[in-house]
Amino acid sequence: MTPLQIELKTSPHVKQGGSVQQIMRNVVLALLPICGFSVYHFGISALALMLVTTLTCVATEQLFNRLSRRPATVSDYSAVITGLLLALTLPPAFPLWMAALSGFIGIALGKSLFGGLGFNLFNPALIGRAFAQGAFPSAVSTWTLPGHPERFTEFLPSTLAVPFTTPAPVDAYTAATPLGMWKFQGEHAETWDLFTGMVAGSAGETSALLILVCGLYLIARRMMNWRIPAAVLGGAFVTAGAFYLLDPGHYPTPWFVLLSGGLMLGAFFMASDMVASPMTRSGLWLYGALIGFLTVIIRFFGGLPEGVMYAILLGNAASPLIDRFIQPRPYGTGKRRAS
Amino acid sequence: MGMLSFLTGRTFPRGVHPPGLKEATRDQAIRRLPFAPRLVLPLAQHFGKPSRPVVKRHQEVVRGQVIAEADGFQSVPLHAPVTGVVEGIELMPTARGPKTEAILLRTLPGDSQAVRWSSPRDLSGLSREELIRAIQAAGLVGQGGAAFPTHLKYAVPEGHGVDTLVVNGCECEPYLTTDHRIMVEQAQEVLAGIRLALRAVGADQALIGVEDDKPDAIAALQAQIGPDDPIAVRKVKAKYPQGSEKMLIKALLKREVPSGGLPFQVGVVVNNAGTMAQLGRLLPLGEGLIERVITVAGPGVERPGNYRVPVGTPLRYLLEHVGFRGDDASHLILGGPMMGNTVSSLDVPVTKAVSGLVVLPQAQADAAPETIHPCIRCGRCVEACPVGLNPAELGRLAAKRRYETMQERFHLSDCFECGSCAYVCPANIPLVQYFRIAKALNRERLS
Repeated sequence: MTPLQIELKTSPHVKQGGSVQQIMRNVVLALLPICGFSVYHFGISALALMLVTTLTCVATEQLFNRLSRRPATVSDYSAVITGLLLALTLPPAFPLWMAALSGFIGIALGKSLFGGLGFNLFNPALIGRAFAQGAFPSAVSTWTLPGHPERFTEFLPSTLAVPFTTPAPVDAYTAATPLGMWKFQGEHAETWDLFTGMVAGSAGETSALLILVCGLYLIARRMMNWRIPAAVLGGAFVTAGAFYLLDPGHYPTPWFVLLSGGLMLGAFFMASDMVASPMTRSGLWLYGALIGFLTVIIRFFGGLPEGVMYAILLGNAASPLIDRFIQPRPYGTGKRRAS
Repeated sequence: MGMLSFLTGRTFPRGVHPPGLKEATRDQAIRRLPFAPRLVLPLAQHFGKPSRPVVKRHQEVVRGQVIAEADGFQSVPLHAPVTGVVEGIELMPTARGPKTEAILLRTLPGDSQAVRWSSPRDLSGLSREELIRAIQAAGLVGQGGAAFPTHLKYAVPEGHGVDTLVVNGCECEPYLTTDHRIMVEQAQEVLAGIRLALRAVGADQALIGVEDDKPDAIAALQAQIGPDDPIAVRKVKAKYPQGSEKMLIKALLKREVPSGGLPFQVGVVVNNAGTMAQLGRLLPLGEGLIERVITVAGPGVERPGNYRVPVGTPLRYLLEHVGFRGDDASHLILGGPMMGNTVSSLDVPVTKAVSGLVVLPQAQADAAPETIHPCIRCGRCVEACPVGLNPAELGRLAAKRRYETMQERFHLSDCFECGSCAYVCPANIPLVQYFRIAKALNRERLS
């Protein structure tokens, strides 16, 4: 008739029902089409690259959880995301042993040492990518043309390089990225080719259209804050536009800047790492705009053709400061609080 | 917001949208339950000083008689909800946990239970002070849950002019429909109460805020407003916690009560629609508050609905009459599921300010995963907090036991524990509980 035992709980007694796993699972889901397109473009080398980075990231996370006696966190999918993102930023023919090492560094130094999920200051995938940039400068800037006829049956030669050797680039396979062609030869790629992805580049950076669609899926499901990609792209567009107006002969169009290199992938899937970005709306706008601005400055004035990675890492570094100064205004306080 | 409010509807910034779950009760008329054989009447049912008993053990009392008087101006009297015999004054469990003194009243089974203690009167000649005294004598307290004595709200300190009486008909908690049914069925009494309250508080106008998911309540109220009444119904967006008084003031008047302050500081007094109905009914009759309407709902209830019950009815009796079909480990929530407390005993009675009893069976209550993840700083709580706090940062500080920083830099005391942050948190962090503990420890440190 009436209950025998009474459960005591604290309010609220209802929950919206989302979970960390659900968010992370959806990010993985949104990345899969981009991965698929990459495999279609670059063949089994890209597939092997993704498998190796993902497995390394998951294994590294597991290892560090064991060592630090923390509960297993592999089921939250965040290490899978790091692995996939890392693969998508690397050249398709990147030697697998280098990829594995980069994945290990990304998780170990970028995440586990900070205390695991929720405590990392930087996007772990970009820590891995930055390591690759520093340790393997030649391999990380050797690009492949998409659509090689034997791509589904044969690995690209450099993929299977013996560990601790650096493969020599094979001219038959290599190609310059649109950003590299602009930087070093002053040539512009067709905007439409950039948009659809029929160009050389990192495994997952080439199709702006596909990245846009996958990002919009996450935004529609409210698993990504749209302000981040909007601010990054807006910041880059405005900065690049200003330079273009100053000297149209020297600088590329802002459209080229938006669609080339890793900016789209970075804006939608790298800068949007919740853990490493600010929490408030105004903070997100500032953070995104800063990344967009820095990307363009590094691209135009730096020694490398691409600057998204460093721009996002710098944005990550600025996040705690942004959060310190930009907080919501509490009801009834009449002023923005900064302390 | 602001200029765009004609598109979005009047509301406050942020907030959440829990499912309403009101279908089971909102279209059913209020019903009466039989009188319970024994009532439990805590002396501290209201905010302020407890009432002082004026009856003895074995004394016979009639329905409506004063059984405990107000202990000063910061208190209200308590009236006998049934004709019966005082069994004693004992420590009894309450919804909040600790036992408090309560008058136990055994109902006289053969009695007609007519109210025998009333003095109908003409209120037109009464001054503001006399009205406030009469409201106190009726034992009236806020019916929405806070149980703040109504007359205290009207006794606005010198130097503060109140221009607007805001009537709260939002009822934004899931499941609850008491105010909704009262506005539909007792619109006349609600309006009578508002007219009296306008006089008692000396305000120029009254605005009734009703969420846009209650069109029938809006129509019923509008039909009762006369051409000379300075009273208007204002539709507000159905959103949680629209029914919090500070949020409603923001939505209706664009004013913000200062942090730590009270509504009169911005010229407003807020009353619940149910309180207005009680006022409009009791004051002309000269009766005291002896019964109220309570929503009994949730998957663990066989006949959900709104029931008019005497104050002091034990939950056990209520559940037996509405049909309990939960399991052994059901959650019994007094109030709504966002802010209500689970009760510790079935001997806990319905008190003056209890608007709902929600029964969630174990399975339902535990549908959300129990694992607590680390905060992934997704910012959903920041987007949800109606007060504009940063719950994630507060939670992080609570985990580090930096309770003073929570107060000094992050406005902990402005949190009114609406639960929006914990409701949206994908990491399942019990933020509200963290904040309660932090506030309690801060209070202890200061005292």
